[in-house]
Amino acid sequence: MSVLRRTGYVLGLPVVLLVSWWFLSANSTDFFFPPLSRILESLREEWFGPRLTEDVWPSLYRLAAGYAVAIVVAVALGVLIGTSRIARGLLEPVLEFFRAIPPPVLVPIFILFFGLGDGMKILVIAFGCMWPILLNTVEGVRAVDSVLSDTGRVYGLSGWPRLRHLVLPSASPQIFAGLRQGLSVAIILMVISELFAADNGLGFAVVQAQRSFAVPETWAGMLMLGLLGFLLALLFRIVENRQLAWYHGLRRAQRSN
Amino acid sequence: MLDVRGIQKIYEGKGRTVEAVRDLTFSVGSGELVCIVGPSGSGKTTLLKIMSGLLQPTAGEVLVEGKRVDGPPPGMAVVFQEYGRSLFPWMTVRENVELPLKQKKLPAARRTELIDESLAAVGLAEAHGAYPWQLSGGMQQRVAIARAVAYEPQVLLMDEPFAAVDAQTRADLEDLIRDIWHRFQVTTLFVTHDIDEAVYLGQRVLILSSSPTVVRQDLAIDLPDARDQLTTRSSPRFAELRAQVYSQIHRPKEPAGEPASGAHPVAS
Repeated sequence: MSVLRRTGYVLGLPVVLLVSWWFLSANSTDFFFPPLSRILESLREEWFGPRLTEDVWPSLYRLAAGYAVAIVVAVALGVLIGTSRIARGLLEPVLEFFRAIPPPVLVPIFILFFGLGDGMKILVIAFGCMWPILLNTVEGVRAVDSVLSDTGRVYGLSGWPRLRHLVLPSASPQIFAGLRQGLSVAIILMVISELFAADNGLGFAVVQAQRSFAVPETWAGMLMLGLLGFLLALLFRIVENRQLAWYHGLRRAQRSN
Repeated sequence: MLDVRGIQKIYEGKGRTVEAVRDLTFSVGSGELVCIVGPSGSGKTTLLKIMSGLLQPTAGEVLVEGKRVDGPPPGMAVVFQEYGRSLFPWMTVRENVELPLKQKKLPAARRTELIDESLAAVGLAEAHGAYPWQLSGGMQQRVAIARAVAYEPQVLLMDEPFAAVDAQTRADLEDLIRDIWHRFQVTTLFVTHDIDEAVYLGQRVLILSSSPTVVRQDLAIDLPDARDQLTTRSSPRFAELRAQVYSQIHRPKEPAGEPASGAHPVAS
């Protein structure tokens, strides 16, 4: 019963929206607002057809690579800044400046240095989405509980084992908060990096469709991007729930006391 | 085993220096169970942090088996008051106990042996796979004690470990400490603000003054070795010892000459 009700809540509004869209646009002759049936047809034929391998996969590959680079760099740098006062003093002003640069502006500059290939796009994604991860890692690392830290010292935990068993797990709830923000930034930059100069990818295909007045394809591309973002967020939630199961349990235990 | 010599600790603040500990000298013999009791704010935690190498003293030194402490010594385990913040919440009970043993690079078979033995000793043989936050406060502190015991320390330090658990649990845990001390013969230093607890547990009680701290008295507890909550606590000797400790702790606060019960000078 409660499962049914929850499913109803989750699916209710999307279904209502889709059905309204379907019927309101059913007899549309407006060139810019094609019927939803046309859009879905294009979604099936184009986006789940040849474009899946030609455009969606390259985009996803660059997204994954850029996101991965950002995670490695941001967590490493975040741990360094969070644990060393000297590193913080030295790096913080520079990082504040870089952080203030809107990442899309980097595309033209990165093109000069890295050309039009995947490397440029991966770097734009990495550069843009590393900031929330970095800042949250710094905060998380700095907030390691003092008693926990003392306990670690008493039992001889230092260096890499300390990082692995104490600092990173303790900061992981914060790091995951940063990762979630970083993921949405990465998706935005994935599209933007393909708008300027590209010969494949989701962003490229949507713009291409729009420029050649393939209106249903343009709409379908938008739906595809929304779907992709939704699925990635879902995937992220699953991973997070697994990794932070202890944290959610701890929070529940603290609340019930 | 443990020598504390002329420890002084001064905290330097902005335009304000606080002398938390003035001059502490005492020693604890191998296998002894010594309680340190003092009023709130008497620098007990400062002393414990200095002994465990987590804090540098302003003057004086701590020796463990003749070796000067200038960082957490390898043969020392500490049980903290804040059990909820001392166990790693992302690890199961078993992993919590095992982590220090891994740092000591013990082989897996020996680790298993120590974990099973110590968890059984604190009565948690069934809780290996649980996470600390799934356990009650008293059980969490048992895990912390098991972790300390499994570490096979030469010296076991306890910083008001039962201050945050309820009275019944507390009595059980006190008996557990006596039991563990008997079983593993480990030199134990137990810090508390609770006079009854200090007298009930210790072979000796070190009575500290309020801050800036000095040792007021080193009192031998001549109660029989087999103690239990009912008979020991209701024995006349227990009451006498308790009164002695009480009078020492409350001495400076009473104006001289006032005939309050705590004001009499006490011979030890």
